[in-house]
Order: sequence, then structure tokens, then C-alpha cells
Amino acid sequence: MASTEGVIKEPILAADGTPLKQALRRSQARERRAAFFLVAPLLLFILIVFAVPIASMIWRSVYNPEVRNFLPQTASALQQWDGEDVPPEPVFQAMAADMIVGVENRTIGRAAARINREIPGARSRMMRTARAVDEWSAPYSEKFLEADERWADLEFWRLLKRETRLITPAYYLLALDYEYTAEGEIRPRPEVYQIYKSLFWRTAWMSMLITGICILLAYPISYLMATQPTRIANLLLILVLLPFWTSLLVRTSAWIVLLQQQGVVNELLVALDIIDERGRLRMIYNRTGTIIAMTHILLPFMVLPLYSVMKTIPPSYLRAAKSLGAHPFRAWWRVYFPLTIPGLAAGCILVFILAIGYYITPALVGGDSGIFISNLIAQNMQGSSAQLKLAAALATILLAAVLIIYWVFNKLVGVDKLKFG
Amino acid sequence: MAVPSYATPAERIWYYAFRVICGLIFFFLIAPIIVIVPLAFNAQPYFTFTREMLALDPEGYSLRWYRALLGSSEWMGSIRNSFIISVSTTIIATALGTLAALGLNRRNMPARGIITAILISPMIVPLIITAAALFSFFARAGLANTFPGIILSHVVLGTPFVVLTVTASLAGFDETLIRASQSLGANQSRTFFKVILPLLLPGVIAGALFAFVTSLDEVVIVNFMAGPAQTPMTVRMFSGLREEISPTILALASLLVALSIILLTTLELIRRRNERLRGMSPG
Amino acid sequence: MKRVLILTGSVAAIALGGAVAQDQQLTIVSWGGAYSNSQIKAYHEPYTEKTGVKIVNEDKSANALAGIRAQVEADNVTWDVVDMLQADAQRACDEGLLEIIDHDEWLAPAPDGTPASEDFVEGQLGDCYVPQILYATMFAYNTEAFPDGEPQTIEDIWDVEKFPGTRALQQIPQKNLEWALIADGVPDDEVYEVLATPEGQDRAFAKLDEIKDHVIWWSEGAQPPQMLADKEAVIATAYNGRIFNAQVNEDQPFEIIWDRQMLESDGWVVPVGNEDKMELIRDYLYFATDTQRLADQAKYISYGPARTSSAPLVGTFEDTDIDMKPHMPTNPENLETAVNFDVQFWTDYGDALEERFNAWVAG
Repeated sequence: MASTEGVIKEPILAADGTPLKQALRRSQARERRAAFFLVAPLLLFILIVFAVPIASMIWRSVYNPEVRNFLPQTASALQQWDGEDVPPEPVFQAMAADMIVGVENRTIGRAAARINREIPGARSRMMRTARAVDEWSAPYSEKFLEADERWADLEFWRLLKRETRLITPAYYLLALDYEYTAEGEIRPRPEVYQIYKSLFWRTAWMSMLITGICILLAYPISYLMATQPTRIANLLLILVLLPFWTSLLVRTSAWIVLLQQQGVVNELLVALDIIDERGRLRMIYNRTGTIIAMTHILLPFMVLPLYSVMKTIPPSYLRAAKSLGAHPFRAWWRVYFPLTIPGLAAGCILVFILAIGYYITPALVGGDSGIFISNLIAQNMQGSSAQLKLAAALATILLAAVLIIYWVFNKLVGVDKLKFG
Repeated sequence: MAVPSYATPAERIWYYAFRVICGLIFFFLIAPIIVIVPLAFNAQPYFTFTREMLALDPEGYSLRWYRALLGSSEWMGSIRNSFIISVSTTIIATALGTLAALGLNRRNMPARGIITAILISPMIVPLIITAAALFSFFARAGLANTFPGIILSHVVLGTPFVVLTVTASLAGFDETLIRASQSLGANQSRTFFKVILPLLLPGVIAGALFAFVTSLDEVVIVNFMAGPAQTPMTVRMFSGLREEISPTILALASLLVALSIILLTTLELIRRRNERLRGMSPG
Repeated sequence: MKRVLILTGSVAAIALGGAVAQDQQLTIVSWGGAYSNSQIKAYHEPYTEKTGVKIVNEDKSANALAGIRAQVEADNVTWDVVDMLQADAQRACDEGLLEIIDHDEWLAPAPDGTPASEDFVEGQLGDCYVPQILYATMFAYNTEAFPDGEPQTIEDIWDVEKFPGTRALQQIPQKNLEWALIADGVPDDEVYEVLATPEGQDRAFAKLDEIKDHVIWWSEGAQPPQMLADKEAVIATAYNGRIFNAQVNEDQPFEIIWDRQMLESDGWVVPVGNEDKMELIRDYLYFATDTQRLADQAKYISYGPARTSSAPLVGTFEDTDIDMKPHMPTNPENLETAVNFDVQFWTDYGDALEERFNAWVAG
């Protein structure tokens, strides 16, 4: 290129007379556009139906509008209050006005529900007062205190003031077993309420354990398949692919059938007199159940990448090492194993990433000691104690963890290298 | 591959021990799936082999759970719902995913890495998170408790598989074929249907099957999103497994195992055809 | 007057070939299993027969409060009538999620003309809530598991030496904490006082700790009879109707421990946001909560009708000659040591204790 530039003064022209460079650039831009237009529908779809909902979930985990929306006058009156003494009359007056509106619109209960989370009993106090307040007149502070002396409780007012902020870290703190006192101080929650941190840990170590067991089980059979003639290897592969293609619920119910106290394994052990009627093993509805069932379910995700890597390693490498005098184990460890690391890495990250988000299997076979953080997210989305915002905060933390691992995976292996079957 | 004649005794022991270990692992993989099939023929409402069954006494076996399954309008209705959802999901996901994979595979695709990562991400994000996010979002849009809502969320889950499998089948694609076709006078659509599509088809079908199975098997999102009119079989199975576990569930489970065998065979046939087509394997 | 119009309207609709009624349907949320069955037989089927309105059942009552909150907040309410516990109904009502019910206007009077507000069992009607039944939560056991001596009292539940085996408890703090305190020696009438203090809460959890290793948890009413039948558990807390159902319909060797049973009501609420269907919803409620219908339900499940006027009408189980009265939680003999379940306490302390309970269970 450089040598021709000096010789030819006029730029090379394409067939239609435009300079070649320009034509090339234009056609490349056209191709880029064409490529992008092919991708655009799905990209747009994923952004709207997946990314936006997730973003709005993250927003929900910090958004805290109850007090500001449902006690608006109190919220602004409290801004003047220094938090040192029982609030002055204007605050009570504002509260009375908000309550009258709130009873009318039936929204007062939502603000009360928010406060009751932190101060048990605050709900019914607020509701009782709210029902009576339209018959009162100034000075309100006296009437409030007459009705219930707990209206003098500074803790309540400080909390209310804190809750007037629209953005709150409270749910993230809760999700990590910290609390946010009415004074804005952050401290660990009382031990009896702590749960999430240990659940995050449990999710992590159990997923690691499951990944580890998967390695131990996947490595030998992948190696066996990789060293067999294609026909036999394909047959063996079917034994891996059949579970892979079988419904998760089917596989989980199979494990319930096998492991429960009246299940196949226990019946067999009793029939063989290995254990007696009373000594039936508890292998399910606890950690063991989760580990066994999840290992079974995730094992193919370890086997498939491992096998596809091992398939490409010529057996002659190992023979060469051995013929050069290496001990078989040494030969395997120094020559064969390093070559399988890419497949191992892909399998590990895949299994781990899938494991930490598992919900269905722990819910069905995990009892209470074998549940994962996902189950607590679900628990906070259902039931009468549902805290959707806490669920959103927990989900966001889990999501961040998963995305970090995904990012590492993408750097190390590349998502487009994922293959199934 | 038998033990070579020069192997030491230790190597021989290891050789057989290794095979036994592998056999046990394969047994672990396959036994749970096999075991439920005979149990679904149990004449008793138990989840275990009765003495009659072990003695192979025909009295011990019956079709009552299959009859219970096929005769229940609730189960059949939910199976129908499941198929409505998965078939619609498959069609949409396959179309969107294939187009995207074609684009991603173009040489000039801008920002390929990041876009691929975004398109694949629904596969990586834990289902409960997707469920939490989509449920509130769709409820606001009035799509919760509707078929379109469920189908859209399943399309999200299904497309990554289509993108991956189609991309994989394009990876070995020889672009000179396109130019050859064009230089022989074929126009764009003819090139697409006669050259690109046949080579693409195995990937597309595999992706479609993945999307289908993903949707058919999905339970977390539908558990939140489905109303009584959309309840698919997975939700019924899930609550059945938690509450009263009856062999009816095993009958359905056996049918699902049969379905996965069919799907697996289809895929295998496609793979063989594909290898033949590309001249990668002699048979 | 309005009601008469609705009724004539629906009769006319049927006369006209059901053209109007056919596309009318109600989505009713309840608990599933034997309980939903009794409602279907006693309320839904007769109502559909009478009006042609189709009734769709959804078994989501275990998540009723969260479900209604989500639907109302999203402004997309698909549930028409929901079966809910009284404590949850009170919370939902306070939060403005439920229609306020004028009992005498919405509900049928007793056959003798007593207005509804005076006919229902005292203290059970709520601003947004119409009770249907009174049910007991109590312990039950599989007699086969205890060939030599069966558990009789709450203290026996905690005695894992004398009565070994797994206990199945409901995965909620309600009732479990009360029973724990009673087993620990707190007098029945002081339970809630004690439970309101941090020390009392510690005491209740410490008592539960004693049996934690012997406990599995259930969350749906259908589970405990199943667990007892499968011998996954030998003793379980359960709703008395479910145990009754297993006893008579499945011949299970179960026995109920009436000691310290906890009586509670369960009933209907109407989520806000269904204004255009309100006439139909009210018509259904008027029908389904009248004296005869409540008495009919007791034919299918052993729960006590919430109307005083229904009690004398309670007869035998379905087409059998099993007298329902001794199986009713409201039967005086069964009520001897019953504990009053305090709804108000749980609306106040429910959030905090549920959080602590969940942490305790998972920890």
C-alpha cells in the first residue's frame, strides 16, 4: 500500500466512480448496519423484557416512598425537628392532618406497615389514633399523648424522620444482617435475627462443594469416553445426555423417591437388614439431599466441556511421556492434566454459577438446613411477612456476584465457547 | 482399548478399578431416571417397590396412575397449557435467536463481545432473580396471569440457547460458499434458502429443541406468573411434590423421560446428518 | 332492593340461555385440598347451578397477603374473592387493599331475621372480613407409631424420650411460640403477655430449640396428613379438618390431641380494584355466607360454622351417618383447654417474630 501511494496520484475508483477507499468504507458501514439490524430485534427484546425489569428491581431495592407519600405533611414538618426532644406541636398537627387524609384514602396503613417493621406495635397505635383523630382539635400533641403515651417515644419520631428519605440503604443493610438505627448508625443486627450472611456463605460453600464433587465424578468418565472408540463413546455420552435433557422436576422427584425415609434406598437397606426400621437414614430434606440431587443435576454441565476438550488431546502425548520414562501418574499430571484445564475451568464456572442460583431443588429436597439464598429471596416474595424490597436487595447482591463470575468466565473462556450436546 | 500386554499388575488393577468407578458414576447418573419408570406402574399409592412388584407379580403392577393422569382434566389441561407456552416460545425464540446469531457471525458486527454477553445473560442470571424482576414488571404491564406474559419471559430464557447453537453451527461455515453461490447467479434470498439455511438448520433445530425444553421445564417464573387458566404441568408437579406426592406425578415423569429420549434421538440424528453434510465423518 | 334486582337479573340471564352469565366468572382464591373441596361443594357448585356464573379456583391463599399487595400495587387485580386468615385480613384492610364490608348490607340475615352483624360468632367479623369457619390448629399423631402409650398433652410433644420420632410443625411463628411457652410452664392466659417481652421471646425460642432436631416443617395444609401417612413424621400440627378428612376418607389411623388447640377463624375478603364486578362479587358473598351454606360446608369438612344460626343445622358427614359434632373444634369437650389465638398480638408482633422465626429455622 505504502509503495503504491506515491506512484498513483489519482485515487483508485470503484466501478461506480467513487474512490475505492470511500466505497469500501461505505460498504463496510453498510455491512455493519446489516449485521446490527439482524441482531437488533433480539437485543431490543432482551433490553426491554429483561434488562429494564432487572434495572427497575434494583431501583425498587433502594426506593422508599411510603412515609414521604403517605405522611407528606409530617415528613416536611419533621425536617425542622432536631431529634432531641418530643417533636413540637406543628409536627403533631401535620400528623393529624396526614392521618385524616390517610384514613379517607385508606393509605395510612401503608405508612404504618413500614414503621411496624421496625417498631412492633406501631401499626396498631397509628391505626387507633388515626381513627380517632378527626374528632380532635388543637393542641394535638396533648391529645396524641393522652390517647397513647408512646407517642412521646423519640425512637419512633427519629425513625419516621429517617424514613422520609426517598433513597434508603436499609434493605441492603438488612440483606447483610446489619441494621440502620433511627439515629442513622449502622450496626450488626441482634444475633437471633441474623440469617442472610450465613445463607450467602452456605450458598457459596455448598456450591463449591457441589462443583468439587462434580469434578471428581466428571473427570474419570470424561476421560473414559475420550479414550474409547467413537461408537462406544457416543453410547456412553447418551448416559450423560439423557439426564441432561430430562426435566429438572423429574430428576428431583426421582431423588425424593430414592432417598426419603420410606424411599427405595431405605427400603432396600431395611430389607437387606443393614439398618432396622427405626434406624432409617435421613438422606433428604436436609443438606445431604440438596448436595446429592444438585450434583446429579449439574454433573452433565461439567462432563460436556471436559469431554469436548479431552477429545482433542491425542493419546500419543501420554504414551510419549511414559516411553520417556515418566511414572504413569507423573506423566498424567504433567502432560495430560494441564491440557484439560480449559475444559475444567469452563465446567467449574458453569456449575458454580448455576449452583449458586438454584431454587427449585433446594426447595424440594433441602428441608431447612439445605436451602440456598434463592429460597430466601422467594420467601421474601411470598407469605404474609413478604418484604419485596428486601427480596430485591438480596437478588441484587446475588446478581452482582453472578455477574462478576460471568465476567471472569467471559474473559477466561468466552461465552460463545459454551456448547451443549 | 484392552489392557496392553506389557502392563504391570498395578496398572492392570488400576485399569479394572477405573472401569468399575466409571461404571458406578454412570449408574449414579442414570439410575434415578430409570427407577421412576417402573414405580409409576405401582398398583399401590406408595413411592416404593412393593413386595409384589419385586416378585414380578402382575398384581403388583397397574396402569392406575397413568389412568389417573390421563383421566384428570386438571392434569391434561395443564399439559395442554405447557405445550401452548413452549411451542409459542420456541417459534419466537428460534426466529429472534437465529437472526441474531446470523448478525453476530458477520465479520463486521460492531461490539460483538458485549452484545453476545448481553444476549446470553438470561441463561446465567439465576431464575429467581429473573422471576422477581419480570413478575413486578409484567404485573404493572397487565401481563401477569396471561399467556403472552409467560411466553415473553420464556422467550427471554430460550433465546440464549438458540444464539449459542446457531453460532456454533455457523462457526465452521465457509463464507466462500456464499460468494460461490452468488457468482453462480443466485440472488440473496436464493442463496439464503439453498445454501445458508441447509447448513444452518441443524443448529437452528438444536436451538429450537433447547428453547422448547427450557420452556417446558421452567417452573420458577410460571410459579409466580401463571394464573389458574395458564397453570402449566410444572407448577402442578412442583406443588404436588411439596404437598401430596402421589404416583400420578411419577406417571407424568415417566412420560417426560420418554419425551427426553425422543428429543435426544432427534438431536443425535441431526448431529450425524450434519457431520455427513460437512464431510467431517465418514459414516 | 338492589340485591333483588341482581338476583332477578341473573335468573333472567339463565332464562335467556345464559348469554350474560356465561362470560361471567369469578376467580376465588383459597387453600386447596380438602378445604377447597368443601367450599366447592357447599358454595361454588350450588352458586353456579343457580346463576350460571363460572367459578375459577386458585390455591394461593398461603400467599394471599403478598399476592393482593402485588396486584393492588400493580393496579391489576385478578382475584375477586380471597380466602384469608383473620390476622392477615386485618393487615390488608389497614393498608387499604381490601373493600370495606358493611356487614348488614352485604350479608344475609339469619333465618329468624337476626342481622348478620349479630349472627356471626362474636369478635370474628372484621371491617373487610367475613368469617366462614372456625378451625383448630392442634397436634395429631399416627397411632401406629405409639403402640405403647400415646401422647396426650403439649408437654408430651416436647418429650422426645418417651415419644420418639419426627414432629412436623407449620413453618410460621404463630401458635408454635405459644405452645412452646405453654410447654415451658407459662399459664395459658399469660402467654401473649410473656411473648410481647424480649425475654419471653427468647424463652419460647429456647423451648423450640429443644425439639428442633426432631422437627420437619410444613407450609401447606395438605402436607401434615401426608407426612403422618408416610411416617415422615409421627406427630404433626395440622388443621383439624385435614386430619378428619384423612381419618374418614382415607382410613388413616390418626388421632387428634385436643389439648391446647388454637381456635381461629378463616374467611372471605374482597380486594379493591374490582369495582366493575362488585355486584357479582357481592351477590356471591351474600349467597355463600348465609346460614344454610355455612352449615352445608360442615357436611364436607369438620370446621365449625362462623354463624351462630348455622350450628343447629350441622348434621352428618356427607352421605354417611358419622355425626359431625364431636369432630368440630367448637364442640365443648374439645374446647376445654383451648387457647385463644390473639389476632391483635400477631398484627403487631407478626413482622418481627416472623423474621426472627425464619432466621431461627434456617440457622
